[in-house]
Amino acid sequence: MYKTSIAVIGGGPAGLSAAIEAAKAGAQVVLIDENSRPGGQLFKQIHKFFGSKEHKAGVRGIDIGKQLLKEAQELGIEVWLNTEVCGIEQNKLLWAVKNKTESVQLLSERIVLATGAMENSIHFPGWTLPGVMGAGAAQTFINIHRVAPGKKVLMIGSGNVGVIVSYQLLQAGCEVTAIVEASPRLGGYGVHTAKVCRAGVPFYTSHTILRALGENKVEGAVIGRLNDKWEFIPGTEKVFEVDTICIATGLTPLAELAWIAGCKFKYIPELGGFVPLHDENMETTIQGIYVAGDITGIEEASSAMEEGRLAGINAAASLGFYSSKQKEKLCNEVRERLDALRQGPFGKMRRIKKQELITSRREIRCHQQQIV
Amino acid sequence: MSSTTNCLKTIGSPSLEELKGSPGFPDEHHMKKGPIAIIECIEAIPCNPCETACPKGAIVVGHPITNLPTLDVEKCIGCGLCIAACPGLAIYVKDYTYSDTEALIVFPYEYYPLPSIGDKVTMVNRRGAEVCEGKVLKINLSEKNNKTPVISVSFPKKHFEEIVSMKRI
Repeated sequence: MYKTSIAVIGGGPAGLSAAIEAAKAGAQVVLIDENSRPGGQLFKQIHKFFGSKEHKAGVRGIDIGKQLLKEAQELGIEVWLNTEVCGIEQNKLLWAVKNKTESVQLLSERIVLATGAMENSIHFPGWTLPGVMGAGAAQTFINIHRVAPGKKVLMIGSGNVGVIVSYQLLQAGCEVTAIVEASPRLGGYGVHTAKVCRAGVPFYTSHTILRALGENKVEGAVIGRLNDKWEFIPGTEKVFEVDTICIATGLTPLAELAWIAGCKFKYIPELGGFVPLHDENMETTIQGIYVAGDITGIEEASSAMEEGRLAGINAAASLGFYSSKQKEKLCNEVRERLDALRQGPFGKMRRIKKQELITSRREIRCHQQQIV
Repeated sequence: MSSTTNCLKTIGSPSLEELKGSPGFPDEHHMKKGPIAIIECIEAIPCNPCETACPKGAIVVGHPITNLPTLDVEKCIGCGLCIAACPGLAIYVKDYTYSDTEALIVFPYEYYPLPSIGDKVTMVNRRGAEVCEGKVLKINLSEKNNKTPVISVSFPKKHFEEIVSMKRI
């Protein structure tokens, strides 16, 4: 059995930031990721990030990933790659499988869950044909493996993932035939939609995919218009000749480990579904287990990094690596940056819903105290 | 819902009407006075690198960073440092006074292949429709741009308002 002070599960922007903050405080940290390299989605994000200077605005995701990895390396953080965490016992004992062969146990005083999210799928006749894939998969094709998933792509979903991946598909030399959106309004940031619009990509709002065409692979797609009750209007079918259909219809937090550990959850659709309750320090309903990033509600890498920092600082402080005064100062700086990201029409809803999580957590704590 | 007031969220690109009501879009007089930054950012997203990039203090976002960027038309000299700084690729510089018959646009262009200086290229409007021909005058690949090439193209003056970019090659 291995031992450490803090184990961080998930090496994306949230997990890396948590590990870095905890190690900076002086704690011994093990960072675990099931992939063959850390960074999560950052290395696929070749676009410049929004935010301000403090959020690394203007820096491309891939470069932020490189900076975080360098920092983690310099701080001597132990990284376990190709390692899947399968269980958490007694709130601190992790069971993991390394390289799909070796079963290991890790006893950790504190645990940070930063396991991210998974793409949602939608189902339609032909959805299992080769050529139908998540937008994230297409992004991995072009930006990690440098292979085009196809020549002509139909994108389903106009949220930021849909429009950013569409733009990057254009950059990779693919043709994006259309972007289909079931809602009457486009979802993503206007600057992203404007970018693909001036590149000549048409948007179809109030439309959905009806079926994929093709025998052994995607050879086309049929879309149709929806009425104001989101029902298909017969006779409005449109056929596109495409070889790839990308699905960008939202994400769901990957929270299995929080369920296994026994954390309390709340269903908040605006955050992506069931999310573990946490307090303003990112601690769940189980003492010593923290969460950060998309597992706590779908947001962006910029806010995931700030939440990771909060979790890392607090996990280290709870072990005595910071005085409460030091901790508060550091946390307030992070919270200020996090609040800055949760303003405006896009951020406001997330801020309200995240507050709902924290309030529910507080109510449980009061209840627990009454019982004691 | 009028047909030109909600283009950004239905068609994908803003209409002139939507832009003219935003604080980053210069008024017609200043727009045609000489080189000037044109900011097509009309949605309150948390972002302010344009403000940080401007050496003249002509772009102000302030706090919170979800404020829309405001362009001070008197201070802007059209230097173009904000173009590649904008993560949303929503800023370009236009010069109506470039010549008697032609205007100039300096815009971000993140596609390969890049054109060459002197090339004739097809200029497009906000919806990607082909409008006219343009001539490539300069390709700025400065390291400061962080891999966003910035291209200068001259084009017929009569299309001044609608041109925003060039067609991919």
